This record gives sequence, structure tokens and C-alpha cells, in this order.
Amino acid sequence: MVKYTIKRFGLAALILLVAVTTMFLMIRAVPGDPVSIMLGPRATPELKAILTAQMALDQPIWRQLLIYLGGLLRGDLGVDVFSQRSVSDIVFQQLPYTLELILVSIGWSAMLGIAMGAYAAAHPNTMIDRVTAAISVSFIAAPAFVVALLTLLVFAVKLQWFPAIGAGEGFADRMSHLVLPSIAIGLSWVGYIARLVRASMLEVMGESHIRTARAFGLSEPRIVGIYALRIAILPVVTVIGVGMGFLLSSAVFTEIVFARPGLGKLVIDSITTRNYPVVMGSVLVSTALFVISTALADLINAILDPRARADL
Amino acid sequence: MTVAATNTPKSQSELGIILKGVCKDPLGLMGLIIVGTIVISALLATWIVPYDPIAMNIKDRMQGPSFAHLLGTDQLGRDTFSRVIMGGRVALKVALPAIFGAMAIGLTLGMIAGYGPKWLDNLLMLFFDTIRSFPTVMFALAVVALVGPSLQTVVIVVMATSIPTYGRVARTQTLTLRNSEFILAERSMGAKMSRILGVHMLPNIIGVLAVLAAMDIPGVIALEAGLSFLGLGVKPPTPSWGALLKDGYALIRQTPWLVIAGGLPIILATLGFTFLGESLRDVVDPKLRKNR
Amino acid sequence: MSDALLEIDNLCVDYETARGDLKALRDITFNINKGEIVGIVGESGCGKSTLISAILRLIAPNTRFRNGEIRFKGEDLLTASEEKIRSLRGSDISIVFQDPMQTHNPVISIGNQMVDIQHRSKAPKAEKRAYAAKMLAAVGIPDPDARLNQYPHEFSGGMRQRIAIAMALMSEPDLLIADEPTTALDATLEVQIIERLKNLQKDFGCSILFISHHLGVIAELCDRVVVMYAGAVVESGTVREVFHNPKHPYTKRLIECDPGHIKERARVLPTIPGEVPDLANLPSGCIFRDRCLQAMDRCTSVPPLTDITESQRAACWLNHMEAAE
Repeated sequence: MVKYTIKRFGLAALILLVAVTTMFLMIRAVPGDPVSIMLGPRATPELKAILTAQMALDQPIWRQLLIYLGGLLRGDLGVDVFSQRSVSDIVFQQLPYTLELILVSIGWSAMLGIAMGAYAAAHPNTMIDRVTAAISVSFIAAPAFVVALLTLLVFAVKLQWFPAIGAGEGFADRMSHLVLPSIAIGLSWVGYIARLVRASMLEVMGESHIRTARAFGLSEPRIVGIYALRIAILPVVTVIGVGMGFLLSSAVFTEIVFARPGLGKLVIDSITTRNYPVVMGSVLVSTALFVISTALADLINAILDPRARADL
Repeated sequence: MTVAATNTPKSQSELGIILKGVCKDPLGLMGLIIVGTIVISALLATWIVPYDPIAMNIKDRMQGPSFAHLLGTDQLGRDTFSRVIMGGRVALKVALPAIFGAMAIGLTLGMIAGYGPKWLDNLLMLFFDTIRSFPTVMFALAVVALVGPSLQTVVIVVMATSIPTYGRVARTQTLTLRNSEFILAERSMGAKMSRILGVHMLPNIIGVLAVLAAMDIPGVIALEAGLSFLGLGVKPPTPSWGALLKDGYALIRQTPWLVIAGGLPIILATLGFTFLGESLRDVVDPKLRKNR
Repeated sequence: MSDALLEIDNLCVDYETARGDLKALRDITFNINKGEIVGIVGESGCGKSTLISAILRLIAPNTRFRNGEIRFKGEDLLTASEEKIRSLRGSDISIVFQDPMQTHNPVISIGNQMVDIQHRSKAPKAEKRAYAAKMLAAVGIPDPDARLNQYPHEFSGGMRQRIAIAMALMSEPDLLIADEPTTALDATLEVQIIERLKNLQKDFGCSILFISHHLGVIAELCDRVVVMYAGAVVESGTVREVFHNPKHPYTKRLIECDPGHIKERARVLPTIPGEVPDLANLPSGCIFRDRCLQAMDRCTSVPPLTDITESQRAACWLNHMEAAE
């Protein structure tokens, strides 16, 4: 298990390294002075001087890359062009808002989706199964930011049931601010997960070990809820891990629509003001988040599925 | 050679069979109708639109839906209905080249990875994994920030981020086919690699990729709309569904119909392509259904 | 017979399919007495699996019981409530399935699965675990305490089948059903499992319904044998009677074709020519008629299962001829 963990996170680190290098080279590929590109047109001459020294532009490009990577390892994501604050401070200040939104969104949608999928699989080809299937397909087809806009229009502007902007303060207020954004992000996941669970549940229920469990007189709720579901939810874990990139993307839009603080709002604001170090910092951190969550999903899968542990 | 002959490209009649299969499935038929409507209205947009979609008319601005303006007008007095129809053209103009480009590059790289030497396979897989490790929108934003927003930028970003999906599937298919009997027979007769890949493998892989493409289009349309909504996609005054949402969002209390007029086509298009894609998948390759 | 544990009388089971009703079992009648080992032989598709799923009522949704009774300790299982059946499963009647690689839940440890199946006992978990370890030791799994924490994929096929047997015997059932428990294993393992089963049967004193297409195993293990063909019983009797003096042409051919029985060097293994009849569209008369070398005019009507000796019965008109002569 320890060996597997090291191996999996080693791979994650490698992917991250290649990703960072790609981005570093991408910036270099854009014609022009790299310092101006990295800092944007509004950078002060002082900052340009500092960065030029930091990046060691007189050195060969691989040295520059190493210096850049070394900075990243120390948590140095650069300096904000305007406030001269450390970019990592700014990014990590916003990150919790985004994480909170993503976790709440995927939390409610996964629970509902698993329940719907398991129920549909336990009653195949009934009315409930068909209704679930129809809802699932319709939900999948709803891009987060469109749902965000429509819910904003209906529930915040017209009906005024929920607040329209911000993240709120205090627990109850924060929760009520989370309702619409998390519906916007989670809605398409409900259908997706329900379909996934239904399919894998039907497959598992047909396996021999379920017949064995029945032959030993285990109760049907126990067979469906534990013996089958524990296997059927394995793909859900993977899908959520891999879907982290998609979730982050949805969060960006949703944060804009509901004017919530978070990575998305930070990035867009920084692009508008051409504050490139903050843009790059946010992109790097969200990429890292994505890569780590994929690795984490594999790890959780390995914990839940002893067979996966043996394979690796 | 008779074996190989059964694996030649899908003929017209086969396409007819697939189409018939899609039409038999109610959801597939619905998808076909929705997609057909969008494509036709995009093609004939110039003749359909009642007004010039970018002509301002300050006198008639922010009008609610009426007979003169079916979906009302925006803050500059432009006819929303005309902008919705033209927006469909923009959506397809981004989605189709991006998907076809990604498919072509992904297919080539995937087949090389599946058929080439092991080290090249590993290298390409690492490359795929890396691209996939950027959250799509974040990657798009980084590129837009560097090179500036434009329709081409969106196309390139979408293409780059979708290459790995096609590449991986093409690779898996190539690996499976590689050891199939008819390919082994070809190889034992000394066929060139380009012939094996181009004549024998391609037709077998492309069907699966086409299904994948149909299912990918909604994501691309949503991404284009999303970037345009953020003001980082197509430039104003080009009509785009995302731009409609942007204008509607800015004045959500005054012109809420813009949000609905921009949002519904996106949902409909997504729905249509998803239905069509799933139906195609079931007809072309029922095995895929289980894998998802 | 008052000491009958399981009595099957005129059991008829159909599967409803698009092609019409598949007559999977027709007029099955036989008994299993207390402490007896009964074997069922027959080719694949002869209805062996339908029969055991009918006994435990672990049936596919399209299964229809058309006629007959399955009485366990005098109570009809086909009309018993679902609760009653569930209370028998894994307590009074246990089963060992064919494929040991698929029979256990892959994501739950063997120990937890063995504790779980003791769901009827009120004993504390530690006690259940200790009993599980004891049972593993009884089927010859070394170091049982440690192995309880392992998962099915960490055991070999032979071990998994022994675990399945241990699980089936945990409740000290009155009837153990073994559905081709050794088919998926190689020959050496097969011998070990059979030996183990034989000894355990002596210790636990349960009856066993042993299903196999391997005649040698049946002869080695069983007291009585039931020969099935195309969903019907064609012959039954003690192992000695049936194997040494078969009274049905099908049984004879089956014995001739058994690789263990062939003494001379043959260039081709003998087989029974012809095909098993289509169960959805049964021919009239004797079901074996089309493949039988001794078929005659009389075979156009269905031969009844008649007593040959006190214990042996067969369904063939030839026996009536002998009696008549």
C-alpha cells in the first residue's frame, strides 16, 4: 500500500513537472520579451528588473527552467504586478472558496446520483427506472454556467429565494449562498453518476458472488446496499477524480455568475487587468489540484478495492 | 484479401443502416431532429434572420418579446432572434473544425502510439496525460491571456485539449486490432506499415472516434459559449450564444429574455448532440455502452 | 420412507422465453435421505442447475413452477413464504457453487464474509471470527487466523473452493448442495476436495446433493445416483446398480463415453452422436429416441420411470420388454 502510494504520487509529480515545463515553454514560445509577457504590459520597471534577475535570462534555457522549478518548489509563484504581494498568498487565500464550492456540489450530486442509480438498478425496467433515465439524460445536457444563469434569473432575481451574489458570512448565510451555485455545478453530475451507478450496479448484481450472498440468506437490503454497491461505486470514485478538471471549469463560471470569491473570479479579474503572474499562478495551482485529485481517486479506489491494490 | 475486404470503409448503404438505427430510437430521432434544425438554420442563417444581427437600433432597445422582435431586443436594439440564429453558425464554426482537427491529430498520434515502439508509446501517453492534467477552462484562460481572445484561439484551445481523448481511444483500438487475425495475415504477407494503418486499421477505428466526436460537440459548444460569456471568446459584435448570455447577465433585471434566449439554444444543442451521440454509439458499437 | 430429508415429486419447471416456454424440468422425482450422498449426472443443459436453483428458489425472473413439490423435512419449498425460504438458505440448506473464482465478494475480506453469513447468530463478533477460523482449519487452510484478513483474490482456486465448502458447512446444514464444485479445478485438487468433502460429511453427518458430469467422482463419493437427460430423470439407483448394471441406454452410453472407463486404446474418444432435443420444442415420445441405438416403435410414447429393483428405477421400454419376456 505504501509502495503503491509512493508510485502513484510519483507519477502525479512527473505529470505535474511536465505540465509546468510545458507552460514555461509555452510562455517562451510567444514572441517578445519573456519578462514583459510574464508580467504583462502594466508591470513596473522595478518588477521587470527583479524578474529579469530571478529568471537568469543570461543563462541557457534549461538553467532558467531549473531556477523556475526551484522557485515553485519553495512555493514561490511570483509577485502580483499591482500589490507586489506574493502570488501564492493571493491564490491560497481564494482556493478554500473554490474547494468548498466543488466539494459541496459533488457531495450532494454524488449522494443523490448513487441513490437514484442504485434504486433504478434494483427496479430495472419499471416506471421509476425510466423516469430516472429520462432525468439523467436531461441533466447531463445542462452546462453549469447556463444552469447558473437560469437559476440566478429564476430563484435569485425573480423569486428572490436565495442570495444572488457573494459567499456570505456565518454558517447559515454561507450555506444559503452555496445553494444555487452548487445546484448549477452538481446538476449534470447527478444524471451522469446515476447512469454510471445503474449500469455498474446491474452488472454487479448479475455476478456469481451476489447469488452466493443470497444462497446464505443475507437480506436483500444488505446485498444491494453493501455487497453490490461497494463494487458498483468504484467507477464513481474514478470518475469524480478525473472529473476534477471539469468541476474546476464549472466552478470558474459559476463563481463569475454568482460573483463568488474563488480561483475562477481571481483568474478572470487578473486576465481583465492583465495581471499575468496571478493568472499563471492560479492555473498552476488548479492544475496541481486536478493532478492530485486524480491520484487521490486512484488511491481511494485501491483502498476500497483490494484487487486494484494487488495489480499495482 | 477477402478477410480484409470485409473491413473496408463504411459504404453508403452501411451509413443508411446506421441512420435507420438512429431513427428507430426515439431519443436518437429527437437528437437528429434537433441537430438537423440547428445545422440547417446555421447554413441558411443569412436568409432566415429577419434583421441584421449586428445592426443597432437605439430607438427599439431593450424591448421584450413581440411580433416585431420574437425574442425582444438587447441594450443596443439588436434583434435577439437574429442573433440566436447567427449564434448557431458561430457555435458550429468553432465546434466542427476543433473537433475534426482534434480527431485527425489524436487519431494519428494514437495509431502511432499503438503501433509504434514501446518508448514512443510511453512518451505519447505521458504527453496525453500532461495535456489532460490541465483543467480545460484554466488552460483555455491561460492561452487566451497570453495570445488574446479570438475565434481561432478558442478553436486551437479546444483542439489541443481534446487531442488526448481521441489519441487514447485510437491507441486502445490499434492495440486490440494489432493482434487481430486479419492484421496478422496482412503483416505476414509483408504489407507496409502505412498500408496496414491506413487501409485496414483506420476504417475500424474511425467509427468509434466519430461517436466520441458527436458526444464531444456539446462540451465544445458549451466551452465556446462560456468563453464568450466571459468576454474571452469571439469578439463583439459577432453574435454568439455566449455573448447573448453576457449581455443578458449584465442587465439581468432589465432584459432577462436575453439570458433565456442565449441559454436555451445551448441546452437544446447539448441535448440534441448527446441524444444523437448516444444513439449512434448504441448502433455503431453496443460494446461501448457497457464501458462507459 | 420416513427418513427422507428432501423429497422431489413430479417437479415441472419452465422458462418463459421469446421462443415459447422452455421445458427445463419435467416430472423430476427422487428423494434424499438423512446422511445420504446423492449424485446427479448428466450433460450440460440437462437441467441440473435449474434443479438446484429450484430447491433454493434462487431463480431467474422468467422461471415458472408448473407442477410438483419439493418437500424439505415435509414442508413444500415451492409454496413456502419468501421469509421461510430465506431462513433455510445458508442454515438448513447450504450450497457450494461451481466456479470458486467468482463465488466470493471480491472487495470484502474472507473473514468478514464468513462473519456476515452467521447473521442469524447473536454471538459477539470475536466469537464468530473464531468459529470462522476453526472452519477454515477444518477444510485445511493453514494459518487461518491471519488468512481471515485476506481477500478472495489472495487465495488460489483450490483454496477458494475449500473456503466455499467451509462457509457452506458453518451452519451445520442438514443438506449440502454441491454444484460441480470440482469442475473448475485440476485433477489433483479434485481428489483432495472430494476426500475432504467425504471426511467432512462423516463429521457433520449432513446429506449431500452432489452434481457432476464426472462419473468417477460420483462413483467415489456417492451412495446413490440420479441420471438426468434433457430435463428428465432417466435412471436412478445405488451407485453399484447404476454403474455396473445400467438399465437405460443413455446411462450405458454415458458410462462407455467416460474417459475413466475406456480401457482399450482408442483413436477417437467415443461420443454420443446426435444432439440434445430442443427444450422449447420437445419431440413426442421418449426424449432419447433420436440418439438411441435401440429405439423401436414403442418409443413414440413416453416411457414411465419404473422400478427395476427396490432401489433402481429407469425410464425405458426395454425394461418392460425384459419383464414381459
